[in-house]
Amino acid sequence: MSADPRPDCPDIAPLGVDGLLVRFSTRLDDAANRAVLGFARGLESDPPQGVVEVASALSSVYLRFDPAVVSRAELTRALQDRAATRDWSTPMDGVGRHWHIPTAFGGDFGPQLAETAALLGMSEEQAVADLVAHPVRVLAIGFAPGQPYLGMLPDRWDIPRLKDITPSIPASALVVAVRQLIVFSADTPTGWRHVGQTAFRPFRSESDAPFPLRPGDVLHFEAVSHDEFDRIRASDSDGSGGARLEVQE
Amino acid sequence: MSGQLTIHSAGPMVTVQDMGRSGTLSLGLSRGGAADRLALIEAAALLGLSAPLAAIEMAGMGGVFSTDTPTRIALTGAPMRATLDGVPLDWHGSHLLPAGARLEIGPVTRGAYGYLAFAGGIETHPVLGSRATHVNSGLGHRLAAGDTLPLGPDPAPDAPALALPVEDRFSGSEIRITEGPQTRLYSASKRERFIETAFRRSTHGNRQGVRLDFDGEPFTAEGQLGIVSDVIIPGDIQMTGDGIPFVLGPECQTIGGYPRIGAVIPADLPRVLQAAPQTPLSFRFVTLEEADAAFAAETALLNRLRTAAQPRIRDPRDMADLLGYQLISGATAGDELKGD
Repeated sequence: MSADPRPDCPDIAPLGVDGLLVRFSTRLDDAANRAVLGFARGLESDPPQGVVEVASALSSVYLRFDPAVVSRAELTRALQDRAATRDWSTPMDGVGRHWHIPTAFGGDFGPQLAETAALLGMSEEQAVADLVAHPVRVLAIGFAPGQPYLGMLPDRWDIPRLKDITPSIPASALVVAVRQLIVFSADTPTGWRHVGQTAFRPFRSESDAPFPLRPGDVLHFEAVSHDEFDRIRASDSDGSGGARLEVQE
Repeated sequence: MSGQLTIHSAGPMVTVQDMGRSGTLSLGLSRGGAADRLALIEAAALLGLSAPLAAIEMAGMGGVFSTDTPTRIALTGAPMRATLDGVPLDWHGSHLLPAGARLEIGPVTRGAYGYLAFAGGIETHPVLGSRATHVNSGLGHRLAAGDTLPLGPDPAPDAPALALPVEDRFSGSEIRITEGPQTRLYSASKRERFIETAFRRSTHGNRQGVRLDFDGEPFTAEGQLGIVSDVIIPGDIQMTGDGIPFVLGPECQTIGGYPRIGAVIPADLPRVLQAAPQTPLSFRFVTLEEADAAFAAETALLNRLRTAAQPRIRDPRDMADLLGYQLISGATAGDELKGD
């Protein structure tokens, strides 16, 4: 692959007959993800003619189009023009959605916290304090319905995935690897390390609003005692798990 | 008159499917819908509908069904053994299903996914804009004995029974693919070996994707462990970490970090998903221009098939559903032209 594209000049390549992939970076980095979120938001609020679906991943935006309405060449030009209007990696104004999510760390609720802290050269208490001190952005939603990829944590959290997959980690678990966090939508086998547990369900199929999170939302994990977590979980009826949503204008 | 469908027995993977969801990809929910989209379009053509409706998808094995109201049905996709009150029914055709009659659908004779569609469609409550069961996401469920489903009214119960000539897409063969953003992560020699390899559809396959078996070295890419996850779509040929190819299906995950050597063109995707285990499959790169030329919008496809669907002409002694035919020469109710 060639050198990384510039934020105002992403690579645009076909993905299937009726799709285009707009790629802001070949790696995951914070600036590229900001560009992805800003560019995708613009496409959703003001879609180019013929675009039927927009989805963002960590470093790229996918568009599906109707070839009967717009040709690949026409749409590619329209996207190039749009990309060139600004540096998409600079933060955009807009409403910020901040979630505060009660989380139990360590013990049975985070059996791999100890080894994670050891990799960081910290005590478990220090590792938890460091994690909760850094709010994380929903970089992308995917793999499973509603499931957020969250980041970026500081460089010291660049810890590899496990080679040996843990057979099943429960839904709503908080896991960490490569400067990112995930809150699982469902019980999942994974190579990410299980450090905490929330009662927040990122996918609520029975609800009128099945997807609480959106790309770009900010999550603040708040450490609670195991007893308090048990109480929160026992009284939870809708999957919110005691989370509080704060919308900042 | 709307009615009710009763499932008296069902194979292991019998689900309600339509054309899937649009707009949920960014929320982690793939499009889903019929594994063989063409089969739902064929059903709409056979039933004189202006758009495909939700129908029953049957993987490998059908079930036993009855309705409390007469309705036309269409049988499309992979051919299955079907009888109406014990009398064999033609596949790739429409039939009248009288109230209370017993429709028995057995195993596929070729291919993987057969479809039972109703002229009024299945009218379960849509979730996120679709009635499609998304097995992996827990939306809807596999149908089982005792389930009942609401049916919409047949808009033209007296319309003649039709048949549709169908090109074989149940026997594999050569599949056209286009290059994608990661194709060039594979060296020229690996890409060449990929198109020269005689693959077989593995026994591991479902609505999420179909694994390909082959003899020879795995297909690993340059720097494949450092690939940042991208959006993945049905038709993508994704390699696992061990270099084994999977062709992704309607319920594929939405983001993936494994490299993709190319994408099956939409016109050929039913041939892959309809391939039964051990069916031979091979691949050929085509240019985007060739892929564009082979692309047909689904509405255009339906219009073409509606013209191709013709009244069945058969020996009346062989007809299980004599009342389903328009027996007066040259006259139809004209209803098949309505609703456009």
